[in-house]
Amino acid sequence: MYDGAKIIPGLIIFVVLSTFAIWYGAGDAKQVPKPEKPVGYTNCVKPTDFMRQSHMTLLNQWRDEVIREGKREQVEAGGKMYEKSLQNGCMHCHTSKEKFCDVCHSYASVTPYCWDCHMSAKKIKGLEEAI
Amino acid sequence: MDNKRRKFLKIAGLSAIAGIGAPAALNMLMKGNVQASSPHGHGDDHGGGHEEAKGHGAHHGEVKQGKRYGLVIDVHKFNQTPGLAQKCISACHDTFNVPDIGNKKDEVKWIWEEPYTHAFPEHSHYKRNTELHHLSFLVTCNHCDDPPCVRACPTQATFKNEDGIVMMDFHRCIGCRFCMAACPYGSRSFNWRDPRGMKDGKPFIKKVNPEFPTRMRGVVEKCNFCAGLLKKGLLPKCVEATGDTKAMVFGDLNDPASEVSKVLKSHFTIQRKPALGTKPSVFYII
Repeated sequence: MYDGAKIIPGLIIFVVLSTFAIWYGAGDAKQVPKPEKPVGYTNCVKPTDFMRQSHMTLLNQWRDEVIREGKREQVEAGGKMYEKSLQNGCMHCHTSKEKFCDVCHSYASVTPYCWDCHMSAKKIKGLEEAI
Repeated sequence: MDNKRRKFLKIAGLSAIAGIGAPAALNMLMKGNVQASSPHGHGDDHGGGHEEAKGHGAHHGEVKQGKRYGLVIDVHKFNQTPGLAQKCISACHDTFNVPDIGNKKDEVKWIWEEPYTHAFPEHSHYKRNTELHHLSFLVTCNHCDDPPCVRACPTQATFKNEDGIVMMDFHRCIGCRFCMAACPYGSRSFNWRDPRGMKDGKPFIKKVNPEFPTRMRGVVEKCNFCAGLLKKGLLPKCVEATGDTKAMVFGDLNDPASEVSKVLKSHFTIQRKPALGTKPSVFYII
């Protein structure tokens, strides 16, 4: 091999640099987020696994049913009826956006645009205190 | 030789024109120029051409089936009860978190007052009794039978629902404002500013209703006839605010037994700009 003395150290440096992100954080595992579950409620409208993966799909489906098809009937969970609504349904139990929604969203680095229009209780309070 | 070439060019030219023009002309004949005034939305062509032929400028012609919510506004009752109109406006704007921006240019409104000449330009003339010109008229979205805004919307963010209400899906609105240009009644407002913002320490939304979202900057909004409340069997907020005065009567226009139908039968009513053929669902007793 010609120039082996340059190529091999060069390759090693390249591999080390390109895997920087992996070994830099090694052994420093981030805590899996634990969103605060509402107290006093045992059942969500769908099983936890489904909600964990597909709550956004369900929200979109609810939105289309409610606005476009006029299907505003309530959904049942654990013997209680809830509105098909983010603010009036989900957040009836999951009262805190900061302690529930944001926990996973910031861990996964997603910024859903729900909150451009929909409001958490804290946001409402903030808007009202500004008066 | 020259003669032959000249002939050839003539025939070639003519057939080219015929070839390009014929399919387009045929298309127009077959469809009856549906796009120009189809009662349905984009791409919704079923029976479009057919209904279009019947609905051409006819206000008494076809009647859509199913529920069709409508509103009768008694102008005299409003003017006999000072402050009632304002009460209706705040009832609506407080419920739907409509921001009060504080200047005319950025104004957002779902229901508001207009003078006679603005509300009914077609009915205005010099010799109209002066009393009318001093009255103000509550105006809102007319929830037209043939809403031009729905046809203009490129994303179907605004559409007509099964109850005849022209709805907005704020999620889908891209803020192009085509609907605002299309609406002949000025019923649509654009959020030029963030409705959650404030000016001089005063927030645009004074009292937040936690049951309804706000909008974001760059979205068009308008009256929705309180579609959510109707499903619960309640009346729209403005109608509720008029209480027992009967200044506003709301109901199903297609149900002959409903109160609106009875009021419409027994009173002379006018619509805003009926000649445009939008078939408004809001009527005025003047």
